Order: sequence, then C-alpha cells, then structure tokens
Amino acid sequence: MTPLLQVEGIAKMYGARIGCTDVSFDLYPGEVMGIVGESGSGKSTLLNCMAGHLQPDAGAVRFDTRTEGLRDTVTMSEPERRMLSRTDWAFVHQHARDGLRMNVSAGGNVGERLMAVNARHYGDIRDKAIDWLGRVEISADRIDDRPTAFSGGMQQRLQIARNLVTGPRLVFMDEPTGGLDVSVQARLLDLLRGLVREMGLSAIIVTHDLAVVRLLADRLMVMKDGHVIESGLTDQVLDDPQHAYTQLLVSSVLQV
Amino acid sequence: MITVENVSKSFVLHNQGAAEISVMAGASLSVAQGECIALVGASGAGKSTLMRMIYGNYLTQSGRIMVGDLDVVTAAPRQVIQLRRTTLGYVSQFLRVVPRVSTLDVVAEPLMATGSDRATAEAQAKTLLHRLNIPERLWQLSPTTFSGGEQQRVNIARGFAYPYPALLLDEPTASLDPTNRATVLAMIAEAKARGAAIIGIFHDHAARDEICDRQFDVTQYTPGLAA
Repeated sequence: MTPLLQVEGIAKMYGARIGCTDVSFDLYPGEVMGIVGESGSGKSTLLNCMAGHLQPDAGAVRFDTRTEGLRDTVTMSEPERRMLSRTDWAFVHQHARDGLRMNVSAGGNVGERLMAVNARHYGDIRDKAIDWLGRVEISADRIDDRPTAFSGGMQQRLQIARNLVTGPRLVFMDEPTGGLDVSVQARLLDLLRGLVREMGLSAIIVTHDLAVVRLLADRLMVMKDGHVIESGLTDQVLDDPQHAYTQLLVSSVLQV
Repeated sequence: MITVENVSKSFVLHNQGAAEISVMAGASLSVAQGECIALVGASGAGKSTLMRMIYGNYLTQSGRIMVGDLDVVTAAPRQVIQLRRTTLGYVSQFLRVVPRVSTLDVVAEPLMATGSDRATAEAQAKTLLHRLNIPERLWQLSPTTFSGGEQQRVNIARGFAYPYPALLLDEPTASLDPTNRATVLAMIAEAKARGAAIIGIFHDHAARDEICDRQFDVTQYTPGLAA
C-alpha cells in the first residue's frame, strides 16, 4: 500500500532556535494521527511545514497525488501546491476567523471553495452548501448570515464544512477544539469522528488535549523541544508511555 | 491462534526516580482455535498486563506474541489497527465511549468498521442488545449515563458484534445478575464453538470452571512473586 503522505527528515529553524527537526513518518489512507506536546514544542511549526504554509529548511513531504503518485510538495511549484491545498488538502485553523471570510455569508464561505474547483452553477453550489451546513448541524436558515453572527462553536463547524465540501483526502487540523466549551467540544469531536469515518479521510491533528487524541487518533506522536520523542498507537502511548516527558504529560491529566 | 513466547515486561517510572519495576519475565502461553484459557493469579500478578501486551496497548520488552500471522511485539501501528479490526477483539472491564454516540451505534461500530452496511450492522446490534436485555427505549441514548451492569452489557454486545477469531475478555461476568451472566456465558460458549481462541480473566470462579478449558497462572512469571 502506498502511503498517502510520506514525511522525511523535516527540519525548520528560527535563526539559531529549533522549530522542529528530524521528523519522519508515513501516513496511510484512512489513518488519523495526533501530534501532542506543550506549547513551543514545535507541533504547529511541523504542521505548517507539512501543509505548505512554511518552507522547511530540510526534508521532504511527499503526497500521493491523484495523477502522478508520490510527489514532493516542498519542491513543487507554488501554483501546484495551491491547487492541492484547495482540492485534496484541507486545513482547519484553531481560530475559525483565520480559516473563514468573516464578511461573507456562511453559504458563500462554503461555496467559495467549490468555485475554486470550477463549480459555476449557482443552484448546485447553494444546494451543496445547504447540505454541508446540515451535516455540521447548522440550520439552513442561517445560510445567508455572516460568520460574525455565529457563536464560536458554530464558526468552527462552518470552517469544517468549508474545508470538507470539496472532498479532500487529507485534513490538517490545528487545535480544532481549542477555546471551546467542553459540551461544544464533545459535539465537534463527535462530528469530526463521524466525518473521518464516513469519508475515509486521513487527518493530522495537532492538539495539547490528550482526551481529544484518544477519541480521534489511531496513532500518536509526542513532541518536545522540536523533537519527536515518542510515537506509536494512541492507546499504547497513553497507557504505557516510555519517555519521561510523556509519562509526566499523561500523569498530569486531571481525572474528572 | 494466539502464541505468547518468553515475553517480559517492565515499567520504568522516570518521574519517580527512574524506578524500574519488572512485572513479567519469561511467560509463554498458547491458545488454539476453539479453546478458552483463564488467566489466574492474585491481584497485581499481571493478568491484565499480559492481556494488554497481547492487545498491543502495552509494549513488550522481549519475546514474541503471535496473533494469527502477526507478531504484535514488532508490528507497525497500522498492522495492529488492522489486527484489532478483523482478528482480535477485546472486551475491557470498563466501557469507554465517545460522548453523544447512541448505544446502537456503539454496538454496530465494529461491524461498520469492517465494511458491513448500516442496515446489517444495526440489525445485528439490535439482536445482541435484545439478547443482553438492554431495554429498547435506551438504544438511542449514549451509554455514558447507564448503570454499571448496563454499561458492561453494552460493552459485551460491542465485543461480540463482529465474529473475531481471537477474543480477550477482562471480567466479562463482573457486575451481572444471574440471567445476564448465563447469557454471556452462552455467548462465550458459542464463540468457542465457532472456533474463536479466547483468553479471559474471571474472578467469578463458577463461570471460569464452566467455560474455560485450562487455567494459566501468571504468578509463576511474576518476578518477586513466584513461590
């Protein structure tokens, strides 16, 4: 089986400081991988390097493209990478306002991604937008409202609809449930889990919340000071952590 | 079907002065198809540890654990994920589920994950829930609010939804009333009859003697505990 994403020796320096270094892994179709670590551990840097938002200093990020098989996205041309990021890739930001157009209607936000892949029929686009708003539990009568009129949880769900409407194969998520109430979080997690299963998505989720990775991720990578210090099956890493830092992390979770 | 060869396991607690605790050394065990083995030994002797090593959520320091054709000790995460989906079932002591997911979906999920269509999966889930006396009015609710015994039965229904060739059962009859206990024992017997290799932990000695072909005492492999 060909991996969907093959990451090899990714490194990113900020001057003399390490952003992340020597990160390698394969992600297979349908797999969900979590990346955990405290803030400053390099997990967002890594995610942005993989998603093409940052240029890594070394390494390769190979993606199994539909037409040409595995291609290094670090060295491909900017237009090609942009095409990928609006078709096969999706990026869910921690703050919904970074991933949405705040002064365009909810329907417009979802429709824009469709138009970027050459959908032109207004009725079709609107029907698809309504369908997707329904899937993320936003009622159809809010389609003409702007995201500024939405709650934080709704904005996050709208961002997810906008990202998934084009049927991507790989979703990058940066703290998708950060800053939301626990009840809203649970709802969002449930939604994400259903979509991942239904659409056969692969995903890479950066978070500092171990409960989130336990529910969503098959595999887990733990980062500290820019290095991957431990990786494996999610329940294995959480139930039998090997590295001192992971043990500290797991034992620090408050029991409810 | 399940072969454990000379495995050992220790925990290193880095945050408690790097204390190294050896919990198992040189354990070997083999379970054939259609056979049910009970793990026995005092609390803390390593019964659950051995079970988790077989399931792959504890790492094994040395030795081999073959489940079917796969060595769990050296397998890549995605191989273990595949193994758990189609070959190796596990009924844990406590149900762990995503909030908000209905009982019916919880039970149907292992079938959906192996490619059954929704209708077939739900029909099978309903049959199991009926059999385990979970009232129909609860099926659309999340099991997180259920009583201990109900959660345990949902957990068993989920564990038996897909016909795994190998099954790990951690206290399947704990906190069950006599009727449901008899049902669960019948389900284990049926799994044996269709050829499943089963490893169980039973504190219920009557159940253990009724259903298990052999006992495996883990105490003999527990460093510091072996008499």
